[in-house]
Amino acid sequence: MAAGAAQLRVEGVAKQFGGVTAVDEVSLEVQQGEILSVIGPNGAGKTSLLNMVSGFYRPDRGRIAFEGEDITNLPPSRIAERGIARTFQNIALFKGMTVLDNLMLGRHVRMKSGVFASFVYWGLAQKEEMAHREKVEDLIEFLKLEDLRKQPTGALSYGLQKRVELGRALALEPKALLLDEPMGGMNQEEKEDMARYVLDVNEERGTTIILIEHDMGVVMDISKRVVVLDRGRVIAAGEPKSVQANPEVIRAYLGTKHAIRKAA
Amino acid sequence: MFHRESGYYKTTYAADMALYPLPIARWTVAGIALAMCIAPFVLHAYYVSVINLILVATVGALGLNILVGYTGQISIGHAAFMSVGAYTAANLAVRLDLPFWVTLPAGGLMAAAIGAIVGIPSLRIKGLYLAIATLAGQLIIEWTINHVPWISGGMQASIEVPRPTLFGAQLRTQHQLYWFLLFFAVLAIVGTLNLVRSRIGRAFIAIRDQDIAAEIIGINIFRYKLLAFAISSFYAGVTGVLYTYYLGIANYEQFQIVTSIDYLAMIIIGGLGSILGSIFGAIFVTLLPIAIRLAMENWGAFLFGDADINNLIPNLRLMVFGGLIIVFLVLEPEGLNRLWRNIRSYFRVWPFSY
Ligand SMILES: Nc1ncnc2c1ncn2[C@@H]1O[C@H](COP(=O)(O)OP(=O)(O)OP(=O)(O)O)[C@@H](O)[C@H]1O
Ligand SMILES: [Mg+2]
Repeated sequence: MAAGAAQLRVEGVAKQFGGVTAVDEVSLEVQQGEILSVIGPNGAGKTSLLNMVSGFYRPDRGRIAFEGEDITNLPPSRIAERGIARTFQNIALFKGMTVLDNLMLGRHVRMKSGVFASFVYWGLAQKEEMAHREKVEDLIEFLKLEDLRKQPTGALSYGLQKRVELGRALALEPKALLLDEPMGGMNQEEKEDMARYVLDVNEERGTTIILIEHDMGVVMDISKRVVVLDRGRVIAAGEPKSVQANPEVIRAYLGTKHAIRKAA
Repeated sequence: MFHRESGYYKTTYAADMALYPLPIARWTVAGIALAMCIAPFVLHAYYVSVINLILVATVGALGLNILVGYTGQISIGHAAFMSVGAYTAANLAVRLDLPFWVTLPAGGLMAAAIGAIVGIPSLRIKGLYLAIATLAGQLIIEWTINHVPWISGGMQASIEVPRPTLFGAQLRTQHQLYWFLLFFAVLAIVGTLNLVRSRIGRAFIAIRDQDIAAEIIGINIFRYKLLAFAISSFYAGVTGVLYTYYLGIANYEQFQIVTSIDYLAMIIIGGLGSILGSIFGAIFVTLLPIAIRLAMENWGAFLFGDADINNLIPNLRLMVFGGLIIVFLVLEPEGLNRLWRNIRSYFRVWPFSY
């Protein structure tokens, strides 16, 4: 990858559902190590955009490249293998499984044991389990989940579930992390914790972060750049401050329930 | 499987990940192992032959549970996969005079290949539709074996197979077969325990619980579903081979739809997604017809004529299975394994219940 080239490049991507144009010719570039926020009113197409980057939707038009390679038509599992992890707006944990198992599953692409090694277990598979268990324990410590290790995730509070889901995405050791409203439904304290984790991950691991968020306070605080979507189109992009002052952005938000709040 | 949780702390990851982390569990397993070693010396050949049937069924139930209980896919074609294993081994044993340690894996692998093919529709279809697709697989395989004499040996589609030979001695009696079958049943149990606690097994459970989340963490759903079909069918194939050696004959009548249903009954009654449940189910479903037969032979004469009794036994068996499947699906979807856990947790706090 040439220096300065974007890590993730989305070019003229579009997606329609029946008569609804969810995403309409969106282009954007994300640099390695950047924190980019994607904002916009409900139904603007933010989640649809993430779904295309992570392979759940196939764009009708356009192209997506990660680290210079075309990933437009790859299935989600292949995209995950390349180092893109994500969380979901409405949480997609394995609810019957423990926190530990969820995080171990997050390491799936980093592990290798095949059928035979798993069947025999003692030897290769056990060694691998222990090595990866240690990595997972580091994450558990980082996210302060020590006491919940053996709890089924379905029994946890909403905020904790979001934290475990972040953990599962981090377990993949992603190069880029897509977060779909990681603070949605959280109280102020939980939001601050989550923002802290996101910043730490970005700083300590250099992980690129693409964040969808409605809370403008958080967006202003942690992102270096903001892209505003409205009805499937990018209507503004740039530094948080300038975006916030953009009349078109203010118009898009007028009358929606997520009116732009003044940043702290 | 068997364990008490309170008052015991684990210090290393290896200990935490051990199959039986608690001393009492290890003692229980050791006790069962001892009983299994003594059993053939004190039991009459008839009872040993019943245990042998249970051992064979355990392997098949474990395999089906990997697919249905752990991966969340369905198969009504498992008896057919068993027949694939049975006839593969029978042909190899009779035509090429190959020993069991070749025919057994060969039967398993052939069944795995066929099972993976039958599993291909699982990419697109689920539930009832997949059930019907695998049912079609069952019927096609049954028909093929029945109508291709090269596979089925012609005469009534059965092939006589010499009993396996170990260290130059042929295993003729039920007591000798017991050790042979026990070995493979234990291998299947331990292997399955290992499988479901490591990478592959976790991926299976992930697909069952949340296929979207499974994809996002990099699990290739299609590949893993086929893998589940293949592994599960491998167990089925091995079950077919073991059963063939047990009977001394490969015969398609042993592997019809009813047998597929029997195995589904085992895992539903025993407990979906549970290894102990697979064993419970194998025991229960093997013993139930014997119990019914005994009951009818002893007391049936009070209600029915002799001729009726013989007709009634197989039908009664089906009715009782059908009833039990419904009862368990509705009342206790986690099967006997759950009942066992309830009993266990009752005694865990005993005598201070509530
Ligand atoms: N799978 C789908 N089928 C049909 N329509 C869809 C689908 N996914 C998204 N849409 C539509 O596309 C539009 C954009 O939806 P999307 O979920 O991307 O918006 P969003 O910006 O994430 O909104 P929110 O802030 O409410 O999460 C909406 O009109 C939505 O109804
Ligand atoms: Mg959304």
